[in-house]
Amino acid sequence: MSVETGREYYGVSQVPPEIIGPGQTFETVTDRISQVVLTRETPKGWFIGLGIALMLLMVFIMSVSMLLAYGTGIWGLNIPVGWAFDIVNFVWWVGIAHAGTLISAILLLLRQKWRTSINRFAEAMTLFAVSCAGLYPLMHLGRPWLAYWLLPYPNTMGMWPNFRSPLLFDVFAVSTYASVSFLFWFTGLIPDLATLRDRSQNFFGRTIYGILALGWRGSARHWERYETAYLLLAGLSTPLVVSVHTIVSFDFAVSVIPGWHATIFPPYFVAGAIFSGFAMVVTLSIPIRKYYDLEDFITLKHLDNMARVMLATGLIVAYGYMMEAFMGWYSGNTYERYMVYARIFGHFAPAYWALILCNIIIPQMLWFKKVRANLAALWVISLVVNVGMWLERYVIVVTSLSRDFLPSSWFRFVPTFWDWSTFIGTMGLFLTLLFLFIRVLPMISIFEMRTLVPGAELKEELHEAPEASR
Amino acid sequence: MSSRPASSRPPIYGLMAEFSDPNELIAAIRQARAGGYRRMDAYTPYPIEEVAHELGIHGNHLPKLVLAGGVIGMCAGYALQYWTSVIEYPINVGGRPLNSIISFMPITFETTVLTAAIFAVFGMLALNGLPMPYHPVFNVPRFALASRDRFFLCIEATDPMFDRELTRRFLERLVPRSVAEVEH
Repeated sequence: MSVETGREYYGVSQVPPEIIGPGQTFETVTDRISQVVLTRETPKGWFIGLGIALMLLMVFIMSVSMLLAYGTGIWGLNIPVGWAFDIVNFVWWVGIAHAGTLISAILLLLRQKWRTSINRFAEAMTLFAVSCAGLYPLMHLGRPWLAYWLLPYPNTMGMWPNFRSPLLFDVFAVSTYASVSFLFWFTGLIPDLATLRDRSQNFFGRTIYGILALGWRGSARHWERYETAYLLLAGLSTPLVVSVHTIVSFDFAVSVIPGWHATIFPPYFVAGAIFSGFAMVVTLSIPIRKYYDLEDFITLKHLDNMARVMLATGLIVAYGYMMEAFMGWYSGNTYERYMVYARIFGHFAPAYWALILCNIIIPQMLWFKKVRANLAALWVISLVVNVGMWLERYVIVVTSLSRDFLPSSWFRFVPTFWDWSTFIGTMGLFLTLLFLFIRVLPMISIFEMRTLVPGAELKEELHEAPEASR
Repeated sequence: MSSRPASSRPPIYGLMAEFSDPNELIAAIRQARAGGYRRMDAYTPYPIEEVAHELGIHGNHLPKLVLAGGVIGMCAGYALQYWTSVIEYPINVGGRPLNSIISFMPITFETTVLTAAIFAVFGMLALNGLPMPYHPVFNVPRFALASRDRFFLCIEATDPMFDRELTRRFLERLVPRSVAEVEH
């Protein structure tokens, strides 16, 4: 298939019935989704949710203020554990972000139509998770106000960054990822912003959505270029998303620290990212579809598919753990062998076994259809996976650093209150952005949902050559 | 307005017919093309391949533009690294060559993707003439439904065959839900 015929990806035939509820039409799809945004009465639950999110956001602001005032000494990290919670959280948030791009780009290229009702929401999640992730390396700089030194720009010091360092790759990878994700998300929003502009009942709505919609009018010529652009963006985002976590894994793999210096890191990190990202999409979509009554759009089929993706990527991650241990032993290197031992039986063993339980053992329940169809069970499993993936990064980062080459420099990392408050605080930032997004923008792509309704079915005769009849 | 003779009325942008079904719209475009009309556009709430096909829209220049963007980003990304690491600020890192081709690949890749994506989005907007603060089709009140559930066909006044009365009668024969004049 060529790029020019990209519109076939929205093709309307052969839609399995279970990805959209029965009886939906263009009107109901449009009204149902836009009503969440355009309603006059904001539901009480939204205020409660936003209130909790804002409280957590204040925890974050407090933690960052303390950090700026007193420096990284308020955290529990110290040499040799120079990276601890900040890098663990950075990798965790970037990993979560990956599901959004996977759903919006890779599943588009693979023609998975079920992505339609979750892609907007997952892309927003990507943006917010990347925002949270990007803050950690900045905070970890020690002097965050000099973060612009990371960028190559002509300066009076006459210095340039070292382009051979994976840490600089990271600067480019994460900022490119954030920019491209934003462009992809905004491009997808343009036709829906036009819908909101046309349906808004008040002056402010019409003006703001009108400006953001850029004058979109749904012309056939515009749609043609729009779809080409959308497909090309999907094609560009697909290698990008893989590259981002690969480069994040280079931060570790290119170093010589035992337990980090492994070629398996890039694929193992990418699989882990997709695993945790899908878990987060499930965690968020189950309550939202229930609360906003969107069961016809985010159906059990969607949740079942996401659970299957979690199961598959979870098994890849399990293989990664096995190979990590095997390669440590097979290397014959004392330090590598000791690192495997230290992870499994050492001081941090509880974290290691908890991560095995959360990421390998509990997700095996997803083999059963009954578990995948049980929303409460699925939601709990998705939370467990989120915890497990956080523990995985914790074990990778902290165990390796705290057991250095010289036993005299070994260090027992203990997180402080500010470590925890910063982590919990970024959840506040994430949730605040998410609640605001749900309120002011359509959380499901309306125009793509229209392609799924039965009314979009084209009659077969139309596909034949035109007759010259009048 | 209908009381005045056709010649004294102000010129219009075109005539617009409204349909409630994509199949009706495609049939209408086909008949309009068969009737000799060429300067027209269809407005739909979601992309329909057949509509573009019937209007005779085949391909666009966006892929070439995005390729150009990618090549520019690639060259610029590599050039930045080469110039800073080899010419402007050569620094020996563990004896690695100043022009460390493999180490320069990740950032070259990132700048390629970034520039290509920027070209894709802004190129699409530019070719579409967006942002466009004003367009005559929005003067038709029912056109607000084009972003909901209705399908519009607009035959533009610049078409050589266009005639206010004849074209209106032609459109009415297609049994649309409504026909409206699009004022400038």
